[in-house]
Parts: sequence; structure tokens; C-alpha cells
Amino acid sequence: MSAIVPAARLGHRFEPALMRRRLTGTLFYGACLAAVALLLVTLITLLVDVFVRAAPWLDVDFLTGAPSSRPARAGILPALVGTFEIGLFVGVMTFPVGVAAAIYLVEYASDSRLNRLLQTNISNLAGVPSIIYGILGLALFVQALALGATIFAAALTLSLLILPVVIIASIEALKAVPSAQREGAYALGATRWQMVKRSVLPAAAPGIMTGIILAMARAIGEAAPLILIGAFTFVTFLPNPFEGQYTVLPIQIYGWAIRPQDDFQGISAAAIVVILALMLILNALALVVRARLSRHIQW
Amino acid sequence: MLSPVAEAPARPAIGVTIAAMPPPTPEMTEPPTVLLLDKVGCWYGSFRAVRDVSIEIKAREVTALIGPSGCGKTTLLRTMNRMNDLIPSYRTDGHIQFEGDDLYGPGVDSVAVRRRIGMVFQKPNPFPKSIYDNVAFGPKINGFKGKMDDLVEESLRRAALWDEVKDKLKQSGMALSGGQQQRLCIARTIAVNPEVILMDEPCSALDPRSTLQIEELMAELKKDYTIVIVTHNMQQAARASDKTVFLTMGDDRAGYVVEVGDTVKIFTNPREQLTEDYISGRFG
Repeated sequence: MSAIVPAARLGHRFEPALMRRRLTGTLFYGACLAAVALLLVTLITLLVDVFVRAAPWLDVDFLTGAPSSRPARAGILPALVGTFEIGLFVGVMTFPVGVAAAIYLVEYASDSRLNRLLQTNISNLAGVPSIIYGILGLALFVQALALGATIFAAALTLSLLILPVVIIASIEALKAVPSAQREGAYALGATRWQMVKRSVLPAAAPGIMTGIILAMARAIGEAAPLILIGAFTFVTFLPNPFEGQYTVLPIQIYGWAIRPQDDFQGISAAAIVVILALMLILNALALVVRARLSRHIQW
Repeated sequence: MLSPVAEAPARPAIGVTIAAMPPPTPEMTEPPTVLLLDKVGCWYGSFRAVRDVSIEIKAREVTALIGPSGCGKTTLLRTMNRMNDLIPSYRTDGHIQFEGDDLYGPGVDSVAVRRRIGMVFQKPNPFPKSIYDNVAFGPKINGFKGKMDDLVEESLRRAALWDEVKDKLKQSGMALSGGQQQRLCIARTIAVNPEVILMDEPCSALDPRSTLQIEELMAELKKDYTIVIVTHNMQQAARASDKTVFLTMGDDRAGYVVEVGDTVKIFTNPREQLTEDYISGRFG
């Protein structure tokens, strides 16, 4: 064995330039911080502005009242109920379909070129402008299936809109489960379905549920496609999901915001605060569900 | 025929005192063959990973598969409980008999096979569930009708883990130490009452103390179960096994068996030069 020769004697030279390396690190840290600061400032400005405008109008009557041509008497209950009903339908419809599709693609279908092509296409669908889904919903659900411009048709349209997001989130959650978990179940004499149901799904549940809740938040915040499905109306009564007119919060906000009077701007801001609160509740729910479902998971 | 779970051949049910069974002694006749491999070859697509393996796995013995990396030990092990069926391009040729029946015969359900031939993996893979639910997993999916609490306790006792976890059965199995996790995986395997336990380098991720615990456990378990273990650790094979199968890789990169025999003989007086070179650390 030859003795270890000091590097200098072999002719290697190092220029550590430690000062410059540390400076680069500091600069990068600063850039990251600046990005966060920019976001925070924008967000806070928006929130403060909305809250200041909304404050005079936010009270229980606003939550329990119906829209009115007089801002002082206007409320958002019909829009709030419309949003709730749509959220409920969308959740009920996308959960089984989205999760089942993801399970098929990850756990059953072979990893073929067709499978990868399908997954890429589903990802692309998530990027299609939502107004396109509105057109599809209008042609398919409202007209061809004759469901009319109802909450049910709107919920079906929004389900199509968020299904790609739900499927992709579920696919990622399923793929993140180590294959050792699948083998562990098989080695105990599990069938494929038992393996999926008792091993993979519980392990993927935190990711799947988070994906679904966040996708529902997106559906509830959508306005564009629903304009085509008849949500842009003046509704003073609580909607029936299967017939008659309805509206939802984002559209109600839009309807008030385009009016010139200051008072309508105010109640529009108040409605924005309500929908923000709704989003906050859904996001908090996602966190709680995630923590609860992953209490045994450590990998 | 490999019968479905409900009609599995009579074995002492867990809970029955095993001491009642006479322990195998040298005076007794040769133990029965549980697994008989006859010219077994393992293929991944067009690549042959293992060729011409003809060995017998005897009941209530520990059989160690040793050999250099890549010689197909794990592939061969996973062929014994049809775990490799899950790999689309994989196929087996030759014959494997499990208690006299063709393991790959028509009508044999690989799901039923895997309950009777359990497996413990290289890296402990407890489910992200409570310790209790980890052990109860197998019995539940296999339609266990008895008292689950008793079965869980019995399985954990047999895996020498009960005393350490009896007060925290509701805690996550993943919160245990590596050695405890591996013993939990053994308890989970025992809970479905298998006849054979395949172990794929079960100690390679464990510290020496946990390794010793697993080896002691194997010595205890072989009174009731047939054990096949793949190991890279020569001392482990020498300490813990009764029979040793030495495989190596041919020029075609397919693994084949060089020598099979009593562990004592393989490690003290091997027949083949290749075996001697390997166990004395000259290659591999």
C-alpha cells in the first residue's frame, strides 16, 4: 500500500473563496425572503382593504337575509345555501369517482404507455380553462340531459372541473405509499382488493382527503363556468337543487361588485369576507383530517 | 391441492400448548420435506436470474441461503411463496412441491399459498396502524373467527415482543425501534398460522443486539415452523441455521447452487472449493 500523498504535493490547488460562497448563500436567502415578503404584503393589503370595506355591513342579518335592491337590507343566504349545496354534491360525486379512477390507474392497470398517456392527459385536463367546462356543462347537462340550469347541473359541471385535480392528488398519494406496504399485505395472504382497502388506502388517505378538500374549495370559488349554467340571477329564495333558479357566492359577489353604488361595493366586500371564511374553514379541515389520518404514519 | 384457509390441514391452533408436541431429536427419522425444488429456474423476461436449483427444505429446520450479491437468493426465496407472481415479466420453470402438491399447479391460488408460506422482509415494513392492528391484519383478511385479543397476545409472545409492547398496543407500529418493528412483522406473520416463514435478510437493517434477538427468536420458532432465511451475514448462517444452501453466479449471470448440506459441514468441511473460498471471505 502506498502512503497517502498530501494533495499539495500532487499539484492539486484549491481556491476555497469562502467569503464569496457564504455571500452567495446569503444573497439567495435574501431573495427567498423577499419573495415571501412580496406575497405577504399583497395578501395583507387585500385583506385589510376588504375587511375595512366589509366591516359596516357584516352582521347576522347579512348572513340570514336575501338579496335586495336596497343594500342595507341585502343578505347572502340564498347564495350561501347555493354554495353549500353545490359543495356537498361536488364532494359526494367526485370522491368515489376520483378515488376509484386513481386506484385503477395506480393499483390495477399495468404501467403501460397507454396508462402514462392517460395520466398525462388527466393532468392536462386540470389546466383547461374553467369556462370551457361551463360550455360543456351547458351542452351536456343543461341541454342534452335536460337537467335545466339547476344546482344539480352546476354541481355536475364543477365535478368534471375538479375531477382531474382529485384524480391527480389521489394518484400521487397512492404512489407515495411504499411498495413494501403492498408486499407486506400480500405476504399475509391478502387479495389485491384487500391489499388496496386495508393497506394502501389507509396509508394514502391523508393525501387523498387533503386533495379532495382543496379541490372542493376550488369548486366553491369558481364563478366563470356557472355563469353559463344560469347562476347569474337575482334569487331571493332558498334554492331547490333540482329545479328553479339559484346563485352562488362568487357570482353574488360579482353581481354586487359591478354595480356603481358604494353601498353595493360594501356588501360585495362583506360577501368576500364570508367566502374567505369558508375557504379558511375548508383548509383548516384539510389540516385536521390530514393530522388525524396520518397519526400512525411515519415514513 | 392447496386448500382454502378454512380447510387448512390440522395444526396446533395458536393458544394450544406447543410443549405437548415432541421436539425433533436427532434420534428421530429425517424430518419430512416441506418444500421440494426440482430444477427450478427464475426468469425476468428473457433474463434468467436463477437456474437448475434442486433442493429440499425440511420441516422445522432453518435453511440458510447464502451467496454473493446478485446470485438470485432473494429471487429464489420469493419464488417459494409466489411473491414474484406480482412482477409482470416474471416466470418460473421447473417444479416446486409444497407438502407434495405442485406450488405452481393449475388451480392453486397464490393468495392461499402466501398465507401458508409467510414472509418477513429485509426492511421492517409494519403497517401505519397500531401495534394491535398490525398483528390483527392477517387474521382479519383471512376470516379469523376466534378471539382476536388472545391471538394478538399469543403472536406477540411468540415473537418475543409482548413484554415490550403490552402497555402500548394502541400506539403506532412504526414508532417502535427497528428491531422491535422486525419482531412485530414476525408476530404479524405468525398470526395467520403459516407453515413456512421465509425471511429475506431480516437483520440487515438492524443493530447487532437486535440481530441477536431475531436469531434467538428463530431458534425458538423453528420448533413450530419451517424457516428459510436469506442472509449476507456468514456468521448468522453459521449460528442460526441447520442447513445451508450456497449459491453463486455463473458466467451467464444466472445464480445456481454450488453446494447444499448441513451447516456444520458446509462451514467446517465444504466439498467445493468455491464454497470454501466464499465462506472464508476470499470472494463475495
